[in-house]
Amino acid sequence: MYSVKEPDAGTPARTSSEQVTLEIDGRSVTVPAGTSVMRAAADAGVRVPKLCATESLEAFGSCRLCLVQIDGRRGYPASCTTIVEPGMKVRTQSDPLARLRRGVMEMYISDHPLDCLTCPTNGNCELQEMAGVVGLREVRYGFDGANHFKQAEKDTSNPYFDFDPAKCIACARCVRACEEVQGTFALTLQGRGFESKIASGNTDFKSSECVSCGACVQACPTATLVEKSIVERGQPDHSVVTTCAYCGVGCSFRAEVKGSEVVRMVPNRDGHANHGHSCVKGRFAWGYATHKDRITRPMIRGSIREPWREVSWDEAIAHAASEFKRIQAKYGRGAVGGITSSRCTNEETYLVQKLVRAAFGNNNVDTCARVCHSPTGYGLKTTLGESAGTQDFDSVEHADVIVVIGANPTDAHPVFASQMKRRLRAGAKLIVIDPRGIDLVRSAHIEAAHHLQLRPGTNVAVINAIAHVVVTEGLHNEAFVRARCEQPAFDNWKAFITSPHNSPEATAELTGVPAESIRAAARLYATGGDAAIYYGLGVTEHSQGSTMVMGIANLAMVTGNIGRPGVGVNPLRGQNNVQGSCDMGSFPHELPGYRHVGDPAVRALFAAAWGVDIDSEPGLRIPNMFDAAIDGSFKGLYVQGEDIAQSDPNTQHVTAALESLECLVVQDLFINETAKFAHVFLPGSSFLEKDGTFTNAERRISRVRKVSPPLAGKADWETTLALAEALGYPMHYDHPSQIMDEIARLTPTFTGVSYDKLDRLGSIQWPCNDRAPAGTPVMHIDEFVRGKGKFVITEYVATQEKVTRRFPLILTTGRILSQYNVGAQTRRTANNVWHEEDRLEIHPHDAEQRGIKDGDWCKIASRAGETVLRCTISERMQPGVVYTTFHFPGSGANVITTENSDWATNCPEYKVTAVQVSPTSEPASTWQRRFGEFSEQQDALLPPREPAPR
Amino acid sequence: MDAHKLVKMANDIATFFESDPDPAAVTDGIAGHLRRFWDPRMRRALVRHIDEHGGEGCKPTVLAAVAGHRAALVPPAN
Ligand code: SF4
Ligand code: SF4
Ligand code: SF4
Ligand code: FES
Repeated sequence: MYSVKEPDAGTPARTSSEQVTLEIDGRSVTVPAGTSVMRAAADAGVRVPKLCATESLEAFGSCRLCLVQIDGRRGYPASCTTIVEPGMKVRTQSDPLARLRRGVMEMYISDHPLDCLTCPTNGNCELQEMAGVVGLREVRYGFDGANHFKQAEKDTSNPYFDFDPAKCIACARCVRACEEVQGTFALTLQGRGFESKIASGNTDFKSSECVSCGACVQACPTATLVEKSIVERGQPDHSVVTTCAYCGVGCSFRAEVKGSEVVRMVPNRDGHANHGHSCVKGRFAWGYATHKDRITRPMIRGSIREPWREVSWDEAIAHAASEFKRIQAKYGRGAVGGITSSRCTNEETYLVQKLVRAAFGNNNVDTCARVCHSPTGYGLKTTLGESAGTQDFDSVEHADVIVVIGANPTDAHPVFASQMKRRLRAGAKLIVIDPRGIDLVRSAHIEAAHHLQLRPGTNVAVINAIAHVVVTEGLHNEAFVRARCEQPAFDNWKAFITSPHNSPEATAELTGVPAESIRAAARLYATGGDAAIYYGLGVTEHSQGSTMVMGIANLAMVTGNIGRPGVGVNPLRGQNNVQGSCDMGSFPHELPGYRHVGDPAVRALFAAAWGVDIDSEPGLRIPNMFDAAIDGSFKGLYVQGEDIAQSDPNTQHVTAALESLECLVVQDLFINETAKFAHVFLPGSSFLEKDGTFTNAERRISRVRKVSPPLAGKADWETTLALAEALGYPMHYDHPSQIMDEIARLTPTFTGVSYDKLDRLGSIQWPCNDRAPAGTPVMHIDEFVRGKGKFVITEYVATQEKVTRRFPLILTTGRILSQYNVGAQTRRTANNVWHEEDRLEIHPHDAEQRGIKDGDWCKIASRAGETVLRCTISERMQPGVVYTTFHFPGSGANVITTENSDWATNCPEYKVTAVQVSPTSEPASTWQRRFGEFSEQQDALLPPREPAPR
Repeated sequence: MDAHKLVKMANDIATFFESDPDPAAVTDGIAGHLRRFWDPRMRRALVRHIDEHGGEGCKPTVLAAVAGHRAALVPPAN
C-alpha cells in the first residue's frame, strides 16, 4: 500500500476517441468510452467506497462495497465493473446503499483481528478507512465465526515482506497484481467465502515462484502483505520522488522517509518508465546505502602495501592533485586519465570528463559502457545517425512481433520485461535469439513462436541469414528503403545479403540453427505487423558486437520497422545511466552529444565555454589505458564509481596494469576490488544523498533527488569540483541544476532540458530542443538523424576464440535478477538469500561426460586463467556451452575471460570464451587463493571503523 | 604499447572494412577508423612496428592504409 497517500481512481484509465457523458450524484462528467462508473465518479470528485478495486488492476467485483444505483436499472450494480453509458444517471449515496455497505463491512470486520493499535499499517489501512467511511458502528455476528485469524500462521520467509493471513480479506488484489502487473502468477486464491485464502503455491513465499517484485504488497489494502521495514521502523512522514540507481529501466520511485531515514521505496505510479511497478532491486535492495562497509572518510597511502591513513578532505584532494601534476610533469600530459561510471549521475560524469579535458588537458576519459554498450553507440550512429535506442518503453504495447536478441529482460530489466510480457499475453508474437533457454522462451502464459538457439559467437551469421530470407523472398519494404535510405549503400548491401553464402541453409551448420527456423522467424518478423527488436549484451559483447548492431539496424530498415510506435531498435542498457554517461562525453573520442574531438567547430564551442584548448586527438579507451600502464606511458587514473578490477576481462592483466600506476584515485561507496590497488580513496555518496539526473535506456532523463545528507560530507559532484580546483582549474557550480544548464547550452539534443522542466514534466526523453520541447519518445519518424539511413555490409567473421581439444566448451556470461553487476550494492543486502554465489551452469550431457554432479566443485580453465565454481546442471544450456554470472569478485569469472574484443570499440568479448571444465576437490584455484590472501591483507590495511549511522 | 596487440586490433578493423567492394573505401575506412578512435601513441606504435619490422603480422590492407594516410595517422608529438 502507499502510505504517503496517492489518489486512487479504482480502475485503470482508458483511452478512446469516443467520449461518454453521464451524471453522477447530479454532477455531469465526460470520460473516455470503456471507463468504469467508479473511475468516472472519481473524475467527478465523488469517492465511492471500495476494497477490491485499485487503479493499477482490472476490476474484479468481489467485495460489493462499491455498489451504486443507476436510474432505469434494477438492483445495485458494482461501480467498479459497470462501464459508463451515455446519459447514465448514477447515485452513489442513499439509505439502502448505506445499509448494504455497512452489511458488507460488518462481514469483513467480523473476520478480522481488531488489533489496529499495534498493527504496522494503523492509520493507513483501507479496511480501517472504509469502516469509517461507511459508518460501521457494530458487528452483529460477533468475532468467533470460522475465520482466518484463528488458523493462520504468518509467513516471514521473504527477507523484505511478511504475509500475515490473519488479516487477509481475500480481495485478490495481490493475486491480480502478480498476474497483471508482474506477470509471474505466483499467487492463487483458494476456496470460497470465509474459507478463501491466498496461497503462494504449496510453499512459503521465499521458496515459491515469487520474484519479490513487491507488486502484491503495494496492492494489498490491509497489513496482510507488509514490508518488514515498515514493521520495524514505522510509517514514513514524507516522500521524495527519485530514480532507481540500478538497471537501465530507470524506474521512478517515491522514497518514503522518516526524518532523513528511508523506510520504504515505493514505485511511482506517475513514473513514465515504470508506471508504478518495480523489481526486487529498486524496491527492496537499498540497504547498502547505510551498510557498515561504507567508507566515510577520505584516505591516502604511499603504496598499496601500506596501511590507509584517514585524512581530511582537503589533504586527500591536495595529495591527489599534486600526484597527478607530478606525473604529468614527469611523463607527459597524456600520462593520466579518468573513468566515469554509469552508476553516477549525468552531472557527475559530465564533470569528470570536463576535468579530464580541461584540467588534465587530454582526452583520456572512458566509461564502463566500454565493456557493455559501446558497440551500440558505434553501430547505431553509423547506420541511423544517433547512438541511442529508437523507442520509448511504452512502444512495446503497439508491437505485434517482439524479437529479443542476447538479452534476458526478466532478470536484467525486470520491469520492462513485465510490460513486454503483458503485451505477449495479449497476443504479440515472440522470437528469442539466444544460446540459452531464458525464462521468456517459456513462462506463465507465454511461449516463444521461435527460439533460435544459436552457438555463441554466430550472431552476425544469424542476423544476415534472416535478412537474406527477407530480401530474397521479397518481403522487404522497397518503398521505405527508397524514401528513407541511401540508395547506393543499399544496392551494395543487397548484393551482399542476397549472396548464397548468407542463406540460412549455408550457415545452419555454423550457427546450429536449422534453416527452416530462421526462415520462419524471418517471415514472421517481416510480415507479422509492427515488429520491434530488443537486444542486450549478448549482442554487443562479441568480437563482432558493432557489426551485429549494424546488422540489426539493417534488418529494421529493410523491413521499414523504424520511425513509429511498435517498432524500432532498442538496446536494453545494463546499468541505470549507461545512456547518460555516454551522452555526457565520457568516450575518449567524443565531447558531450557524441561530437568528435577532431571537429574544430565543436572544439571551439567547448573551448570558449571552458576557457581552455581542447585536445584534438582521441584519448585512450579503458583497455588501452591498461596496455599503456603496463607499457609505462600511463601512470595516473581517477576512477569514479567503477570497479574495473572486477568487471573488466582478463583480471590478471587488469590488476597488473593497476599495480603499475603511480597514483590511482578511487571515488566509491566501498573498498571495491579496484580500490584495493588505490593510493587515494575519496568516499562517494549514494543516490539517496545527492541531486542529479539519470538517463535510462529509452533516453529518458529523470531526476535523482537528495533524501539525506551525504554520509561522508560531500556529494560526488562536489568532490570532482574540489579535485578540479586543486588541479588549478576551478569550476563554479552551486547545484547540479547549473551543471545541467551548461550541458543544455552546449549540447543540441539537450537544449530544452532544465531541472525546472523536469520538475514540471516528470521526465524528458532527449532530443529535447526547440523542435521537440517536450522531448522525443520515438526517433527517426520522418527522417533519420543522419538524413538517410545507411545500410552497412556485415560480413560474418568467426571469433578467434576457438574451441579446441584443450578448451572444448564455450563459456558465456550473464546476470540474474537479484544481483546487480559487480554486486557491490546487492551483495550488501538480503538479496543474497536468492543468490549467494556464482555458479557454473552446464548441460547434463557435458556434466555426465566429465563425471560432474549437481553441486560439485569444478575447475574452469581458459587460455587466460583458471577458477573454481560450484556447478548447476541445467537443460537451459545447449551441449557444448556453459554459463556463469559475475556478481561475486571471488568467483573470478573474469580471470577466465580473454582480451578479445569488438573490432570497432574494444568492447570485450565476454560472451565467448573457450574453456575446459573438470571436477575438482579443491574449492579454489591458485588465483582465487591469491585473491583471498590479497583481500585479507587489504582489509587489514584499513583503519578500524565505527559502524556507519543508519 | 604491445605491438602484437595493436597489429591484431588493426587487422580486425581491416577485416571489417575489407567487405566494402571499393578498394579505396577499404583503406580509407581503416585509416579513418584508426584516426578517429586510436590515441596517437597507439597509432605511432603501430606505424613504428610496421617501419621497424617490415609490417610483420599486418594484413596488406592495413599496410596500404598506413602507407596511404601516414601523415594523418602520425601527428607531430606534443
Ligand atoms: S512479490 Fe511480486 S512476484 Fe512475488 S507474489 Fe508478489 S507480485 Fe508476485
Ligand atoms: S493478501 Fe492483501 S491483497 Fe491479497 S487478498 Fe489478502 S487482503 Fe487482499
Ligand atoms: S527494473 Fe531496474 S530500474 Fe526498475 S526497480 Fe528494478 S532495478 Fe530499479
Ligand atoms: S470495489 Fe467494486 S466490488 Fe470491490
